[in-house]
Amino acid sequence: MAKTREILLSPIFTNNPIALQILGVCSALAVTSSLKVTLVMCLALTVVTAFSNFFIACIRNQVPGSIRIIVQMIIIASLVIVVDQVLKAYAYEVSKQLSVFVGLIITNCIVMGRAEAFAMQNPPIPSFFDGIGNGLGYSVVLLFVATVRELIGSGSLYGFEILPLVTNGGWYYSNGLMLLPPSAFFVIGGFIWLLRNSKIDQVEAVEYKLASHTK
Amino acid sequence: MSNSKDSVSRTVIVALVLCVVCSVIVSAAAVMLRDKQKANVINEKKMNILAAAGIEVVNGDVATAFATITPKLVDMRTGRFSDDEDVATYDMRKAAKDPSKARALTPDEDIASIRKQSLYSTVYLVEGEQGIERIILPIHGYGLWSTLYGFIALESDFNTVAGLGFYEHAETPGLGGEVDNPRWKSVWPGKKVYAQGSSIPEIGLIKGKAEKVNVHDIDGLAGATLTSNGVTNLVKFWLGKNGFAPFLAKLKAGDA
Repeated sequence: MAKTREILLSPIFTNNPIALQILGVCSALAVTSSLKVTLVMCLALTVVTAFSNFFIACIRNQVPGSIRIIVQMIIIASLVIVVDQVLKAYAYEVSKQLSVFVGLIITNCIVMGRAEAFAMQNPPIPSFFDGIGNGLGYSVVLLFVATVRELIGSGSLYGFEILPLVTNGGWYYSNGLMLLPPSAFFVIGGFIWLLRNSKIDQVEAVEYKLASHTK
Repeated sequence: MSNSKDSVSRTVIVALVLCVVCSVIVSAAAVMLRDKQKANVINEKKMNILAAAGIEVVNGDVATAFATITPKLVDMRTGRFSDDEDVATYDMRKAAKDPSKARALTPDEDIASIRKQSLYSTVYLVEGEQGIERIILPIHGYGLWSTLYGFIALESDFNTVAGLGFYEHAETPGLGGEVDNPRWKSVWPGKKVYAQGSSIPEIGLIKGKAEKVNVHDIDGLAGATLTSNGVTNLVKFWLGKNGFAPFLAKLKAGDA
């Protein structure tokens, strides 16, 4: 039980896939300009990671080593297509906004990274929880980034106006940079800095030192 | 164990079984959800027509709101209403692909890069007590990555824009994808398509923000020059002489 808990919760802060392992940053840049879209993306990724881990763990003893990456890709791709189809049927509006990024879950490093690193060596149930845990770790970072970006970029949260915009007769000048993908780099950087301030053991050893100025 | 697991025959069997299982699951999902997805697309098209016409949908009841709108078929060659095809089943996009039902455009004419234009178009009329209150015209053309499909609604003077919206495109999210932004779409109503007495469309997107006094200028989409050009071209095409301009002139004269 304690182990399940550990598998489920450690990826959230102590072993966060984005903040510590720096995986899956690409979609973190693309879909975080509004909370609503981000939430669906997080849900989709968590579901895909959990189930791909589960299925891959189920067949891990049957998979020949030479084609294991392809096998993982097929399972992940099938799951992503199913998720995409379900979104198109039941959450059409959001699926339109997510557009290609749902499909791009296939290439998300977290999904494949967990399949290769965890699911290939562990039984299905722990793998499933590992997938959920990593999905949650991804979600925590994305929701943090989306909150900052939507609040500063559009003055709203989840579509509700928090800071009335000048263009709507309020006082807040929106920061356009926050709506553009690069801003997510800064926010993720800030998140990592905050996290490593409280968890000092995550700070990497300095690989080299800057030489002092020479005269 | 590891030897038999990695044998060639084992590899082939695992690959085959996995592919079959996965393809069955994927196709099952696609087939089972297709009706719902189609309904979503049709519903959205109606919603877009309604949005372009400025008709509010109460409690998501699209069918009731859509009842005020009459679809009509227009023969693009004569610029008149036509009954040659059944308007309920006529599909402009299918017709455009059929050489017998479409006209190939010459490169000079084809500013919207659509290559083929269907002979008939479905337009939507919002009729009130004084006749036509608004007319909604289908428009499409190439942006940066994709063909944008949408509608433009004109007031009863057939010159003032009442609204514009795209229901299908695959432009860059956040840049060209901003054609869906309600704030950008709200720039369109009130703008004029033609100059006084002319039938050549002047309306188009400019770089940056458009001045209020320039009745033909629309704000450009920031960071999306090619999508902006595409939108300008497709609006100019569909409201120009190869598009609906002859029809609008006849409609104005009461001769359509």
